[in-house]
Amino acid sequence: MCKQTVIELSVNNHPGVMSHICGLFARRAYNVEGIACMPVNGGQTSKIWLLVNADDRLDQMIKQVDKLEDVLLVERYDRGHPVFAKMAEFVQ
Amino acid sequence: MKMSGAEIIIKLLERQGVRTIAGIPGGANLPLYDAMGKNSNIKHILTRHEQGAGFIAQGMARVTGKPAVFFATSGPGATNTLTAIADAKLDSIPIICITGQVPLSMIGTDAFQEVDTYGLSVPITKHNFLVRSAEDLLRIIPDAFRIAASGRPGPVVIDVPKDVQMAEVEFDEWPEPGVPDATPELFHGEIEHAAAMINRAKRPILYLGGGVILSDSSAEALAMAEKGAIPSVLTLMGLGAIPSGHPLNLGMLGMHAARYTNLALEECDLLIAVGVRFDDRATGKVSEFCPKAKVIHMDIDPSELDKIKTAHASVRGDVADVLKALLPHIEQKNRAEWNARIESLKTAHPMIVPGADDPTSPYGVILKVAELAGDEAIVCTDVGQHQMRTAQVYPFTRPHRWLTSGGLGTMGFGMPAALGAALAAPDKPVICFSGDGSIMMNIQDLATAMEYDIPIKIILTNNNALGLVRQQQDLFYGQRYVASDYDKCVDFIKIAEGFGIKAYDLGNCDDPAATLAEAIAAPGPALIHVPVSPNEPVYPMVAPGAANSQMIGGENHV
Repeated sequence: MCKQTVIELSVNNHPGVMSHICGLFARRAYNVEGIACMPVNGGQTSKIWLLVNADDRLDQMIKQVDKLEDVLLVERYDRGHPVFAKMAEFVQ
Repeated sequence: MKMSGAEIIIKLLERQGVRTIAGIPGGANLPLYDAMGKNSNIKHILTRHEQGAGFIAQGMARVTGKPAVFFATSGPGATNTLTAIADAKLDSIPIICITGQVPLSMIGTDAFQEVDTYGLSVPITKHNFLVRSAEDLLRIIPDAFRIAASGRPGPVVIDVPKDVQMAEVEFDEWPEPGVPDATPELFHGEIEHAAAMINRAKRPILYLGGGVILSDSSAEALAMAEKGAIPSVLTLMGLGAIPSGHPLNLGMLGMHAARYTNLALEECDLLIAVGVRFDDRATGKVSEFCPKAKVIHMDIDPSELDKIKTAHASVRGDVADVLKALLPHIEQKNRAEWNARIESLKTAHPMIVPGADDPTSPYGVILKVAELAGDEAIVCTDVGQHQMRTAQVYPFTRPHRWLTSGGLGTMGFGMPAALGAALAAPDKPVICFSGDGSIMMNIQDLATAMEYDIPIKIILTNNNALGLVRQQQDLFYGQRYVASDYDKCVDFIKIAEGFGIKAYDLGNCDDPAATLAEAIAAPGPALIHVPVSPNEPVYPMVAPGAANSQMIGGENHV
């Protein structure tokens, strides 16, 4: 199995942001294994966590995500993130 | 103040300095047109197809370097714009497309002329907006101009539902017009590292692209080439960055480069890539591109760095800033040995230009037009053999005078882009080289040229075929010319005349050079028809996917 990593994004919260981000991955045939999203700061912004396989295109993907106008911050968690550990309980 | 959304849009566009907008009205953008008609100093250019409006905007943006705007209605109006927008994305051109949309309450109901413009434009824009309240326009319109022109420029779509255009808003003051963000800070370590590599290099080559044009840094690029005696190759988008006749200019690299250009790249020990993206038409097989060279890559877009070829040194920044910072660190050198080697490559493997003296030949007509149009001329092309020939031999002298669809390779780009160029620079001659395949893809906007009397000169080389497709079939598909030859001819003279455009036929006149001179000098739009043979390939050529060292044709047989 491929090594996985988690990308945490802070984004503007409006309808369409998710399609910008998912579209970036989809049109490069880069599968997103897991996804979670919650509003923060009263709903002006959101946090999105993406669980992805860490193949050699990942650096380029992160640069592309970082270029999106609605993406405010990108962080990478190579050791995983508890949000997906908790979500995993729902699909046991 | 109390105004409708449509009035706010028009006023904000005026405040951005927009004076000309191409477009077509329809049900969903009529409030916008009504607001423009009632009270505005904006000149509207009514095209015959929304793609034509998009390329007119591109023509204006490419000549001025500033964002240009065009309008379309919802549904088919919006889908017709997509090719022009995708084209702007790949060539980093700042255009803003404002589309009408069905009212908010009807979105998602398959209403008449409803299409998901926002969804369709996500992958082909730098950014896009679906406006959900008239108040938001006060933020979105200036923001669209900022985004289109900042950093690496690109297209922006603003989709405005009809009820948002009609809604009235109270507001106290106008927002400031949108301006480009400040360019990013440079890292001095990166500059010094790059300078040291350049100063150490024995056989460096500058590889200059569209980024040099977009950042207005051709003077700095030339200064750096001259100070370090560094030979320079140009991408298709970079033509004009260094004058064609300059001894350090090696012309366009890649698939249709002169032999000496690609051969010089084989030998260089340092490739200094400035505002380029290592496009496959420029590099050929990437693993064999510049096999002996280390690479320095300078670009404002960090996602371009290490995308195709991993650089030994990256410099992130606006290339104008980078070149200015770099210049004082570059040692004055003459690199006599390397430049002598370049000269011997030029002598042994020159660019062969068949028919250069014949104004009715595919190359000869380009050279003759260049002579007649002068070095102030703006040169547009469509896509195909005529485009590559123009890129190979036209004597470019300055930036922002060469308009061609580089990344997307859109047939149909040339004529409407030329209209935009002529609208943006009415004091300059505008030439459009086209082919019989390309011109038919936006022929309808000859009517626009006629209606507004826009003095573009279209040089139509007609081989009654899709020449570059046919050339690939000739070389790589056993000469099986499937669907690349037209069985019957259209009469382009009658077509032009039917559109009310003056037509000249170099295939049917006593003195082609004199006829060409007359056509170029005549006021108003003109079409100059040049019948040519379909059996005249553009050489040299590198097969798609092959290394640039594997060139076909264009050998020196002296």
